[in-house]
Amino acid sequence: MNSSRLPAAEFEVEEVLRAAHAAEEGSRTEPDLDMLQVLAADGTMASGLAADIAGTTVDLGPYLAQDADHLRSLYRDMFLIRRFDQESTALQRQGQLALWVPLTGQEAAQIGSGRALQPQDYAFPTYREHGVALTRGVELSQILRLFRGVTNGGWDPRERNFHLYTLVLAAQSLHAVGYAMGLQRDQLADPSLPPAASIAYFGDGASSEGDIHESMVFAASFNAPVVFFCQNNQWAISVPSSVQTRVPLAQRAEGYGFPGIRVDGNDVVAVEAVTRWALEHARSGRGPVLIEAYTYRMSAHTTADDPTKYRLSRDEQEWQPRDPLARLEAHLRSAGTADDAFFEELAAEARTMASELREAVLSMTAPELAERFATVYAEPHPLVQEELRFFEQYEAGFAEEGKHA
Amino acid sequence: MATMTIARAINEGLRASLTNDPKTLLMGEDIGELGGVYRVTDGLKRDFGAMRVVDSPLAESGIIGTAIGLALRGYRPICEIQFDGFVFPGFNQITTQLAKLRTRSDGMLSAPVVIRIPYGGGIGSVEHHSESPEALFAHTAGLRIITPSNAQDAYWMIQQAVTCEDPVIVFEPKRRYWLKGEVDTSAPAGDPFSAQILRRGTDATIVAYGPLVPVALAAATAAEEDGRSVEVIDLRSISPIDFDTVTESVTRTGRLIVAHEAPTFGGIGGEIAARISERAFLSLEAPVIRVGGFHMPYPVARVEEQYLPDIDRILEALDRAFAY
Repeated sequence: MNSSRLPAAEFEVEEVLRAAHAAEEGSRTEPDLDMLQVLAADGTMASGLAADIAGTTVDLGPYLAQDADHLRSLYRDMFLIRRFDQESTALQRQGQLALWVPLTGQEAAQIGSGRALQPQDYAFPTYREHGVALTRGVELSQILRLFRGVTNGGWDPRERNFHLYTLVLAAQSLHAVGYAMGLQRDQLADPSLPPAASIAYFGDGASSEGDIHESMVFAASFNAPVVFFCQNNQWAISVPSSVQTRVPLAQRAEGYGFPGIRVDGNDVVAVEAVTRWALEHARSGRGPVLIEAYTYRMSAHTTADDPTKYRLSRDEQEWQPRDPLARLEAHLRSAGTADDAFFEELAAEARTMASELREAVLSMTAPELAERFATVYAEPHPLVQEELRFFEQYEAGFAEEGKHA
Repeated sequence: MATMTIARAINEGLRASLTNDPKTLLMGEDIGELGGVYRVTDGLKRDFGAMRVVDSPLAESGIIGTAIGLALRGYRPICEIQFDGFVFPGFNQITTQLAKLRTRSDGMLSAPVVIRIPYGGGIGSVEHHSESPEALFAHTAGLRIITPSNAQDAYWMIQQAVTCEDPVIVFEPKRRYWLKGEVDTSAPAGDPFSAQILRRGTDATIVAYGPLVPVALAAATAAEEDGRSVEVIDLRSISPIDFDTVTESVTRTGRLIVAHEAPTFGGIGGEIAARISERAFLSLEAPVIRVGGFHMPYPVARVEEQYLPDIDRILEALDRAFAY
C-alpha cells in the first residue's frame, strides 16, 4: 500500500480510505463469533437466551428481565445518557469543557451492564462510562467537573462503588482485580457479608495493553470475583479493532482459562442478562468472566478527534439501523408498552436535565492552587509545606502590590 | 536487644506488621514457599498462610496494580520487587496510579501500599540486578521513599512504612542484607522520614544513605587520621529529605559531601547540593561535592568495584573540599 505517496489533496479522503480498506479486506477482518442477542435491530424480542460456554449450553433465561416497566426504565436510562452526551458535546463546542468523550452508540452496553450490578459490587470505569455512572447513581454533573478542569476526580467513589475515571488505558483493570482479591478476603473473614464482585471496563484498544493481560492472569490465578467488560466499539481513536486482535476478543478468555462471551452490545436486554450471569458466576466463587460487548462508537473518540480522516461514513451508516435506542423504542411501541406520551415525557425530563446540567457546569469554579498542596500526601510532608508557604507569600506579594497601585 | 542481620530484621519487622494488622499482606514473586530470592520473607507463608503471603504471578505491573485495588478495599499490601532493575514493568502503575490516587481523588482516597525493592550493586551480579533507581521515584510527587542502612532501622522502618497512609517505597541495600546489628524491638521508633547524625564532626559533613553509610563512616574514620573531623549523616529518607538536619550540620562544618551509588547526574546528591546552597550558602567553605555513579548504565560485574563509590572516592572528594 503506497497511498502515502499519492498527492492526497487531489483525492477525497473517503476515496482514499475506501481504496485502502478494499486492499486490506480479507487479511484484516475478524472471524465471526456467535453474538448473544435477545432484542433484534428491528425491535423483535426473543423470549429466551442461551449461551455456549466452554462447550456447555447455559440457559441465561433466568437472568433476563423483560417486563414492561423494566424495559421502559432501561430505555429511560439510555435516553437520558444520550441527552447528557449531546449536552456535554455542546458544552465542549462552546468552550465550557476542555474535552468531551462521547458515548453515543454504546448506551446499551453501558446501561445494560451497569443495571446488572448490585449495590455491593464495585465498578472500575475507563473515561467513557457515563452510562454506568448513571446506573450507579453518580450525579452526572460531577463527571463534567473532570472535563471542565476543576478536578481530576469528581466524586467520592466509595459512595456509589463507582471508581474514578482512569485515563491511562487498562490501568484500572488491575485495580479491579486487586479489589476483587480484597472482596475474596473479606468474604473469608466474614461469611455473612453479601457476596460481591468487581467489574473492569475497558475497550478494544486497551485490550492490547499489557495490564489487561496481567489482570486476566492474576484474576485466573486467584480465581478473583471480577468481570472484565470489554466494549468493542471497533475503533481505538483511528485504528480499527482488527489491528488489535486476530480473534474475537471474547475468545481470548479461553487462553486464560475462564469463560468469554460475545454479546450484541447494542442489545440492552441481552447485555444486562449476560452481565447478571457473569457477576453471579464471579460472586459465587466460580471465578472471572470476560464479556465482549460488540458495539460501535457512533461519534468521535473525543471532541478533539475527526473520524472522517480514518473511517468511512458508509460504516457509520451501516451501524445506524442497529442503534440501541431505536430498537428498544420500536419494541416498546410495537408491544404497546410505551406510547407517545411516554416518549414525550421522557424528552421533557431530558430537556430539564440538560438545562440543569448546563447551569451546574457554568457555576463550577476553579479550585485554588493552594488547596492542591493538601491533596498530594495523606500525612504531613515538609517539602510540600515549604513550597506552600513560598507560594502563599509569593501570591500575597501581588496582593500587596495591588494595594499600593 | 537482639543481634540480627538486616535481612532478618526486615523479616521480623514484616512478621510484626502481619501480626499487628490483619489487613496487611505480602505480595511478590517467589516470596512464599521460597521466602524470596534473598530469604527476606522466609517462613512467613508457613506462619501466616497463602492469603497473607501471596506468591504472585511473574508480573510487576500486576503486583503493583492489584495492590492498589487491595488498598482501595482497605488492605495494606506490602509488595516485593525482586530486583531494582525489574521495577520498570511496574513503573507505570507506581507513577501514574499509585502516586496520583490521593490527589486525583482530591484527598478522599489514600493508597497505603508499600513497595520493597532490594537495590544497589556490589554483589557481582548480571545486568539489571545492581541498580539504584531511587531518583526516578523521588521525582514523583505522592510517593515517599526510605532506605534503612542498619538492622535497627530495617526492623522499624518497614513497620512504619506499613502504617503510613501514603505509598512508601523501601529501598533495601541488598549488599548489606547480611550486615549484623543490634535491634531493640521494644524501643519506640523515631520518625522514619528524618535523617540521623551517626558520627559527630566539626570540619566536614558526609551525607550518605543505604549501602554507602558504612563506607561513609569508614571514610570519616580514615579522614580522622589526617586530622579532619568529619560528621556523617545517614539520610534514611530520600523523599521527603530532612534538609533541616543536613542544613544544621553544614552550618557547623562548612563542607558537604553527598555520596550515593546512583549516577550523580540528576540524582539525589544534586538536589541536596542545590538546597544546601540556597539554605547555607554563607556557611559553605567549598562547593557541595557529589560522589556517585558515572553517567553510564550500571557496568559489568568485573569492573563494578571501580564504578562504585568507595572510601578513597569519598576521601578524594574531601580533599577537594578542603583544598578549595
